[in-house]
Amino acid sequence: MSARNRELANLIVVGILTALGFASVYIARQEVVSTASLSYAGFFFALYLAAHLVARLAVPFADPYLLPMAGLLTGIGLTEIYRLEPSDAFRQGLWIVVALTAFSVTLYVLHRDYRRLESYKYLFGLTAIGLLVLPAAPGLGTSVNGARLWVHVGSLQFQPGELAKIMLIVFLAGYLREKREVLAQGRLKDFGPLLVIWGGAMLVLVETNDLGSALLYFGIFLAMLYVATGRLLYVGLGAGLFIAGAAGVYQLVGHVRDRITIWLHPWTDHAVYCSINGKMLPRQDCASYQLVKSLYSVAHGNWFGTGLGKGTFETTSGHQLIPYLNTDFIYSALAQELGLVGVAALLLVYMLFVARGMKIAMLAEDGFSKLLAVGLTFAFALQTFIIVGGILRIIPLTGITLPFVSYGGSSVVANFVLLAGLLLVSNRASAERA
Amino acid sequence: MNRQIARLALVGLGLVAALIVATTYWQTWATAGLADRQDNEIQRVAQFSIKRGLIRAADGTILATNRKRRVAGQTLYFRRYPQHGLFAHIVGYSTQSRSRSGLEGSENDYLTGSNANLHTVLDTTLDRIRGATIKGNDLWLTLRPGAQRVAMEQLAGKCGSVVALDARTGAVLAAASRPTFDPNLVEGNFEAINNIRASCSPSAPLLNRATDGLFVPGSIFKVVTSAAALDSGRYTIDSRFVDRGYCIEYGKQVKNYGDMSGPEVFGPVDFLQALEHSINAVFCEIGKTIGAGRVLGTSKQFGFYADPPLETPGNERAPSGLYDHGRLFYPDSPSTQVDPGRLAFGQERMLTTPLQMAMVAAAVANHGVVMKPYIVGRITGPGGGVVKRTHPEKYRRAMRTSTANDLTRMMEAVVAGGTGTAAQLPGIRVAGKTGTAETGGAGTLNTTWFIAFAPANAPRVAIAVVLQNQAGAGGTTAAPIARSVMQALLAGRSNP
Repeated sequence: MSARNRELANLIVVGILTALGFASVYIARQEVVSTASLSYAGFFFALYLAAHLVARLAVPFADPYLLPMAGLLTGIGLTEIYRLEPSDAFRQGLWIVVALTAFSVTLYVLHRDYRRLESYKYLFGLTAIGLLVLPAAPGLGTSVNGARLWVHVGSLQFQPGELAKIMLIVFLAGYLREKREVLAQGRLKDFGPLLVIWGGAMLVLVETNDLGSALLYFGIFLAMLYVATGRLLYVGLGAGLFIAGAAGVYQLVGHVRDRITIWLHPWTDHAVYCSINGKMLPRQDCASYQLVKSLYSVAHGNWFGTGLGKGTFETTSGHQLIPYLNTDFIYSALAQELGLVGVAALLLVYMLFVARGMKIAMLAEDGFSKLLAVGLTFAFALQTFIIVGGILRIIPLTGITLPFVSYGGSSVVANFVLLAGLLLVSNRASAERA
Repeated sequence: MNRQIARLALVGLGLVAALIVATTYWQTWATAGLADRQDNEIQRVAQFSIKRGLIRAADGTILATNRKRRVAGQTLYFRRYPQHGLFAHIVGYSTQSRSRSGLEGSENDYLTGSNANLHTVLDTTLDRIRGATIKGNDLWLTLRPGAQRVAMEQLAGKCGSVVALDARTGAVLAAASRPTFDPNLVEGNFEAINNIRASCSPSAPLLNRATDGLFVPGSIFKVVTSAAALDSGRYTIDSRFVDRGYCIEYGKQVKNYGDMSGPEVFGPVDFLQALEHSINAVFCEIGKTIGAGRVLGTSKQFGFYADPPLETPGNERAPSGLYDHGRLFYPDSPSTQVDPGRLAFGQERMLTTPLQMAMVAAAVANHGVVMKPYIVGRITGPGGGVVKRTHPEKYRRAMRTSTANDLTRMMEAVVAGGTGTAAQLPGIRVAGKTGTAETGGAGTLNTTWFIAFAPANAPRVAIAVVLQNQAGAGGTTAAPIARSVMQALLAGRSNP
């Protein structure tokens, strides 16, 4: 079977799974959900069929598993968003249309030779920085939940960081490809750019108040630097600098300090000062409210979960228990409804995606392609780790999206562009082999 | 570069694998701990999606049922207590705002079908997988609604409690406590419960006086002292005493109960008459002779100094015994730390619960053996099959059989011609003992008691009645209540 036929077969399976998901939400919540919900699955399948056709034309030799996996993840996400807030699912559906359009455009524009991007690397780098500082711009940026990650233009809001991430990867792939030999020699003056990027990450950290995003950008950078130079020393040095910088910021920025305290001690037996309302409350009723409620949600799922549509996210009076449930905390909603069996399977899909991405990087022929694929894949893995690890208290919690699953336009669009990038690299490598 | 990529792939996969490990931790090991946390609303709300088991009285009367309500597309079950305040303290309540009390709390695992019983586990797991509503197990209590109603009516307007046991099995037949509250108000109008006033202060309507109320026992404790005296072998039912109206302790007179004209003086009496007329001076002498240690030792055989075994939550039951500054007092050296004379007639820091005193009456009735009290007769699954059945169990031997037989005769005399004549039932021999404990100085109100069992020749029912803030004595205030409740229990002809 050819790669694209295999992709089609996988997509059909994903379509069936999504239909089953919507059907079970419909059965569980008939009173709040209409039969129209079932049409979501059909609409969803038609969209992916279109994406598949584009892939068939533009990247016929590309990996046949990535698109169906992305489809499965968005399908799971859309089902859960629909279960939580049907009107959000409609908007998310529209964003998926936009995202698949961006995906198709990316494939079409670049399918002849994406490597010409390399010559625009500085443009990408500068645009990335521009996007990153955008939320700090007065009048544009807004602070949600203590972190400045959003930009508002009229009624439209988006997180520029999501697209900046991809542009940064393109820049780094180009830059490191060019400089890798020089850097590998380890002359002191070549550390300049490293320091500049470290400074940039710290700047992002201070400006956005967001440890997670800084960790994401810097982690991507270190991973790509390691692949390009093969020097673990750089990684160690970089990590040391990052920790030192983070420790400094910890001293200076209250918000970051709070995040760490919440992470280490989410529960207190005694009342502590609550900066939200100025009262004395146990921490679990104030600063660590979200984290704790989300952990309760995860724990409630147990082995098999409550079943789609049967989870508890509200009090009996209809008051929402967990804020940002369908964006930052969608994993805790899924963990409750699907249980360990379900979310472990979900995480295995993420692992497979990472494995395929890394394989593409290994098969790629040239340095730029390798670095691009590695950067995109590792960004995907690290972002998953940062948000889910935050929810599970492995690291301090950061409000970023779970790739493909969370509700949010900028995230979905960025992740489909990321997917397009991987397919382009994959297609080229396989075409050369064929 | 491929070597680096391979290594980085391992890092990437490792990161996601760490998430699987962490998820496993939170969804398995940590689950129980988090579920128990006070602020875990999910757990609390989720409990309402379970169709809790019903709680029924012995005859099937429904004491706790569910009212279905649709909330945000979910079917939730809220508790409804059709008997209102009648069984409130034993049944308790299950609400969102104030968690749970009574059997609703202690038997929650059965009521929600989350107990470890294999049958239940299978049922609920199947329900969970099918997505069906999980149904809990039903509790069938040993309480008799008729007797419970009589007890509550008799207590109306007073502060007090009635506990009736089946002396042969330990089954609780009635457990009344006043003032009471309507458990249906706990969720919506707790203020109304807080505002309940009664003839005692604090009114404490939520306190289950039957198992958690501690009262000065007064003369009913003489039954325990008598058991200790008879068991010691130093006294028999015919032992002779001369009552001068007082007893000398620590160089001071301890006087008999009396009125304006001074303490009563009985002169020469035997042991039976001493109990019949509840003569303090005689018991004071007995206490001095056998010592506080022996009296306390016997009381422990009745169950004092231990949490009374019952299915209600542990914090709703109190042990009886000597109390010092609000805490159970364990004397290292009873002969020097405890006044034996006052202890013998139920003063001297002794505090008891009605349940414990019903157990004392039941021990005498049941030939010296205390049966383990229980209130949940059986638990049935949603299909009606029995999940668990309580079998009567011997709790402790309180005294020798011969002692119990002698005490029965003595207590019969109390009702036949002594202080407890108000408890007489036509055609049925009743054995009993009155108690009147002055809780303050002279002229203040009393805590009055009556413990009894009937029929004395073939005992079925043992009972304890306590009333707070009474102007009269136990024989005139508490004994008539005991009589009515026993009558209700014996008239039923139901002989389980």
